[in-house]
Amino acid sequence: MTAAPEHAPKMAEVTFRDRIAPHMPVLLVPLIAIAGFIAIQNPSSWLTLTVSGLAMGMMIFIMASGLTLVFGLMDVINFGHGAFVSVGAFVGISVLMLLGHMTEAPSLMLNLGAILLAVIGAMLATGLMGWAFEKVIVEPVYGHHLKQILVTMGGLIVVEQLIIVLWGPEEIYILRPEALKGAITFAGAAIEKYRLVAVGVGLVVFLAMRWVLRRTKIGLIVRAGVENGEMVQALGYRLRLVFVGVFIAGSALAGLGGVMWGLYQEVITAHMGNHAMILIFIVVIIGGLGSVEGCFIGALLVGLLQNYIAFIEPKAALISNIALMVAILMWRPMGMIPVVKAK
Amino acid sequence: MSDAILKLEGVYTNIAQYHILQGVDLEVPRGAVTMLLGRNGVGKTTTLRTVIGHWRAHQGRILFDGEDITKMPTPAIARMGLGFVPEDMGIFADLTVEENMVLAAASGPINSARLDWIFAAFPPLKTFWKSDAGTLSGGQKQMLSIARAMVEERKLYLIDEPTKGLAPAIISTMARALKDLKDQGASVLLVEQNFAVAKALGDSANVMDDGRMIWSGEMQELATDAALQERLMGLSLEAH
Repeated sequence: MTAAPEHAPKMAEVTFRDRIAPHMPVLLVPLIAIAGFIAIQNPSSWLTLTVSGLAMGMMIFIMASGLTLVFGLMDVINFGHGAFVSVGAFVGISVLMLLGHMTEAPSLMLNLGAILLAVIGAMLATGLMGWAFEKVIVEPVYGHHLKQILVTMGGLIVVEQLIIVLWGPEEIYILRPEALKGAITFAGAAIEKYRLVAVGVGLVVFLAMRWVLRRTKIGLIVRAGVENGEMVQALGYRLRLVFVGVFIAGSALAGLGGVMWGLYQEVITAHMGNHAMILIFIVVIIGGLGSVEGCFIGALLVGLLQNYIAFIEPKAALISNIALMVAILMWRPMGMIPVVKAK
Repeated sequence: MSDAILKLEGVYTNIAQYHILQGVDLEVPRGAVTMLLGRNGVGKTTTLRTVIGHWRAHQGRILFDGEDITKMPTPAIARMGLGFVPEDMGIFADLTVEENMVLAAASGPINSARLDWIFAAFPPLKTFWKSDAGTLSGGQKQMLSIARAMVEERKLYLIDEPTKGLAPAIISTMARALKDLKDQGASVLLVEQNFAVAKALGDSANVMDDGRMIWSGEMQELATDAALQERLMGLSLEAH
């Protein structure tokens, strides 16, 4: 019998670069924050801008999270997603106006209660609208991207015009609830109270989504469906129903984002959703289509970068988001956290 | 044969402009392993995909456990008790091994005795239980794919080329697991190119060519007749 050839494989050391590569997207957020700190050189301005950027990022994330899942799960490109942002804002603000006694009272609890009711109203309205939108507009065009773009764009225009019919063509200026006006001072930096609320709400939404996606069976089905819908069906799950559920939830989240965004801008228009769509698409693309974590990180990057650049070089703020998208796509063409597609 | 778990009657399936299946007749008896053989590209995978409903039969009828499933949606067919192991394994790379298995147990929590049986057949799945399925080797992915089908008792297992591209040592693990499944009295429709595996497992065999069934009979008969193999598949299976 011949002896087996000597075989003593050596394990190569994993390089530092390989080790941090998977965590790079997460590390980008503190890296940008540190770069901002160095460039701004004024700790209190930096803190104000950072909180402001995080708040903006969280709101963009809330608006965008539904879109990324809808695309990942069913390959549906929904240009009409912005319609839910606008409708959410209008319904929510209308509820807030009805609750004048709660918003004008200088009590934080009453004010937050009013916002909560406004959010519930907006999410119910946009969730219901999402269900109808999916049934009437999206379902007939499954699998046809060009038709999806055209018909969902058309849906957006129809909804915008309906808002004008119902609420009139004028912009509506709003006052934030009493206790959320103004700023608090922390370490010499002025931080708007409302932005802290936005950061809190964004974090809660992100953590709740993560929990559902990672810890529940429905979350497993959604994650598996994003990767390989055909196989999920072969295991006995009705992906179509799951998709409708995700579409409704995504629309309701866009509605929540609409209320938050409206209160942030202190003005709402029928076209606000359409305008927000540019930012929404940027974060969905740089995050990796279908990835909730990627969308979250992308939104924070966009928020932070836009605020820093607007302070350092206001003119450059116009291109900062596009530049970020170009840079990230050159680094990772499928987005920061690409979703593995089976096909 | 009256006690067929699955029956295809004159099934035609088109994919885009291509006419892939052109009148497939097939009977899969209950409690036995039925081999589906033939050269590459003759329609074996399409037959399985038509049964599970990924492709639609344009003509003909598919009966599963006595019920017409030709027009049924895939999830409904699967819930009737059909376990499917696709050619590309269809594992969810972003999910852990555990999550893959939990998802496959569609009717409730995983039965622990069944899980022990699966771990005994495929030890690496226990080792990598908490790892992302995407990090598994090709053989381990195939184990996971088959384990997913085995995690619940199914009336019929459709398994598409489970040993394709695997190392010999892993092929024998796979064959042992399938033999185990067979010994438990499971009904299996198996597409397999590895002759040794096909001969060891198959009770009956069906040979396809050009989208039709050209021969059906006992696996033993086909395995012992090199001339018949030559005539049906253009080459002797032993040569594989």
